[in-house]
Amino acid sequence: MTSQYYVPPTSKWPIIAVVVLGSTAVGAGALMSYGSGLPFLLAGLVGIAFVMYGWFRDVVNESMGGLYDSQMDRSFRQGMGWFIFSEVMFFAAFFGALFYIRVFALPWLDGQGAKGITALLWPDFSASWPLMQTPDPSIGGPQAIINPWTLPLINTLLLVSSSVTLTIAHHALKAGERVKLRNWLIATLVLGLVFLVIQGIEYVEAWTQLGLTLQAGIYGSTFFLLTGFHGLHVTIGAIVLAVLLVRVLKGHFSADNHFAFEAGAWYWHFVDVVWIGLFLFVYVF
Amino acid sequence: MASETSQATLHSSVSDVAAGGAAHASHGPTGLLRWLVTTNHKEIGSLYLIFSLVMLFIGGSMALVIRAELFQPGMQYVQPEFFNQMTTMHGLIMVFGAIMPAFVGLANWMIPMQIGAPDMALPRLNNFSFWLLPVAFGILLSTLFMEGGGPNFGWTFYAPLSTTFAPPSTSFFIMSIHLAGISSILGAINIIATILNLRTPGMRLMDMSLFVWTWLITAFLLIAVMPVLAGVVTMMLMDINFGTSFFDAAGGGDPVLFQHLFWFFGHPEVYIMILPAFGIVSLIVPTFARKRLFGYASMVYATASIALLSFVVWAHHMFTVGLPLTAELFFMYSTMLIAVPTGVKVFNWIATLFRGSITFEVPMLFALGFIVMFTIGGLSGVMLAIVPADFQYHDTYFVVAHFHYVLVPGALFAIMAAVYFWLPKWTGHYASETLGKWHFWLSVIGVNLTFFPMHFSGLAGMPRRIPDYALQFADFNMISSIGGFLFGFSQLIFVWVVIKAVRGGRKAPAKAWEGAEGLEWTVPSPAPLHTFDTPPAYDPQTDSPSRH
Repeated sequence: MTSQYYVPPTSKWPIIAVVVLGSTAVGAGALMSYGSGLPFLLAGLVGIAFVMYGWFRDVVNESMGGLYDSQMDRSFRQGMGWFIFSEVMFFAAFFGALFYIRVFALPWLDGQGAKGITALLWPDFSASWPLMQTPDPSIGGPQAIINPWTLPLINTLLLVSSSVTLTIAHHALKAGERVKLRNWLIATLVLGLVFLVIQGIEYVEAWTQLGLTLQAGIYGSTFFLLTGFHGLHVTIGAIVLAVLLVRVLKGHFSADNHFAFEAGAWYWHFVDVVWIGLFLFVYVF
Repeated sequence: MASETSQATLHSSVSDVAAGGAAHASHGPTGLLRWLVTTNHKEIGSLYLIFSLVMLFIGGSMALVIRAELFQPGMQYVQPEFFNQMTTMHGLIMVFGAIMPAFVGLANWMIPMQIGAPDMALPRLNNFSFWLLPVAFGILLSTLFMEGGGPNFGWTFYAPLSTTFAPPSTSFFIMSIHLAGISSILGAINIIATILNLRTPGMRLMDMSLFVWTWLITAFLLIAVMPVLAGVVTMMLMDINFGTSFFDAAGGGDPVLFQHLFWFFGHPEVYIMILPAFGIVSLIVPTFARKRLFGYASMVYATASIALLSFVVWAHHMFTVGLPLTAELFFMYSTMLIAVPTGVKVFNWIATLFRGSITFEVPMLFALGFIVMFTIGGLSGVMLAIVPADFQYHDTYFVVAHFHYVLVPGALFAIMAAVYFWLPKWTGHYASETLGKWHFWLSVIGVNLTFFPMHFSGLAGMPRRIPDYALQFADFNMISSIGGFLFGFSQLIFVWVVIKAVRGGRKAPAKAWEGAEGLEWTVPSPAPLHTFDTPPAYDPQTDSPSRH
């Protein structure tokens, strides 16, 4: 235990963060509800990038200035750990929705099981997964879905390898081998970026050729929300990796003190694990 | 903005008093800017408490609009559309704007002082968590003035009322929920990191005060379920704006899916609003009974059991929606099981009182009121858990009576008790006992006049959330409305009590209550702006609430 836990003096970043996040929320709300508000949304998004740069720069400088002790390190670790747990629960909501629809709601709409009387709504409907024909035909399902053994399989290999390369980089950091650290971190980042490019190609193909869109019934809804939020998290993770790379190039992090690197690695592994769930339950089964 | 400035002015006097009592001079910017950039847990705690008090009065005014309209049958003052907005906004503001921030404010003030920490673990994040709230609720309240009006689908915002048939402002509502949710999650992360990492050397987990314990478990619940709420409002947003089919059976979705996801969040949420109250009462009862808490360890385990059970009871809110029989049975029994750990708590409080040397200062009055009236709400909860009975009670005023008993003389009374209990520590002055007693007794009379008759109107079949009713419910509603106005205006006494204590009054020593225990009573009253820059000495043999 220490007697010098670092309590920062006043900081302007949180209130600026509130303003830009508020601007984003108002802009997005106004755009969706009443069709105007784009300037607020864009200003907010730019502002978020600005705040994250400034706030994290302060934290990095404090850390490099030796203000943090091992107790502070534990606060950060616990904070990051619980943040990732909150992310797990966010994805759990979408996986829960997927399983509920597949296991309960669709069979009931088809007249099976305990609540089969709902079959009276659309007597011609027959449940299947992937759901190619929605109960109300005017909504319509996708004409086809993504074959899991093509691009998604490649993406799985990419992300799993990237977790391995990141772990190699981490071990290199702990062994003080800076060149190896840099190279394997670059490899991880490249794998992540290729993943995102392939995901983009897959989305274009789904949207333009397979009729698999957000509007394509519940299959399209769950497919795009699950893979979309995952892709967003890969993007965030890639930005984190890029920042880590810059810091590595600047000579930050020591063999025994590199919380930011570990936090980024935890996040990346978490994103990887979510993908395994997606590959299995969205693409394969 | 004008009211915000006066809040800040009122508040700066609070902490000027606090700073004056300490060697520390106030640092950094002054005036309003100081409150915008502060990283001090006491200042942020005060901001949370003042914010929640403002929200209490805004949400309370909406409740009085409802009670005024229901004073007599027939339509009197407002349009049904506006009535729906009032019931919705009243619920949202009280849950997310009044009760939750009040407990977070108490956590901010008291957890570092009770565990001997210099501040919260992540002070800048703490500031961020607070200031998100005024923005979130500013957005929410602004929807009332938008084209098509504000949210009108009930605080539970069931689809498709909140999707297909929602007013256009619903995207704003979703954004405000997102901001409030971010605030809650980050606040909870901060609280957990503080409790697990910043305890003074020697203080083990089983030496922590019950308030700290209940908040630790509450924070876990928040991190577990607020993201699910974020997920479900995101699905709503997509259904409304981007043509997805999550809650639309025509596209293969299911409106009942909304209810499952909402209540998976919603049931732990109601324990988020009561577990810290349990912690507060578990401090106040021993203090004024001048005995140690009976069954410390069982209180901790009961709290944890309630929290874990809260994840497997959600569908008891949905018994009439058409669940399979197995599900109804499972959720009925799991719900009833919650009565066991809750009963453990009530019995422990009573056992603590037994043969105690009891005095009835205002905090104790509110704590005792809590025990009696929360138990009434708990017992009507057991009635509601019974599936066939619930088929009759569902969506009637009986449900309204039930959850108001656990939330008003439950959660809110515990918050009031905490304010009276710790006001001497915060301001250096005792609250007025005379005014406090007036506040307590008028509140007790008002709250029971308001909510007790609702049991009867509910059992007689009066549906909730409807602006008009059949003639046979007229007497009950008139009593409820009179009680509602009495309760509402009694809270002005509370405001006056707090302002008086901030300005002056009987000086409080460091240990403001004879029977009080805990590290917060070892520092001067008012507590200096910075406490425990170095961790205080702590010996579990003599200081732990669980010692033998």
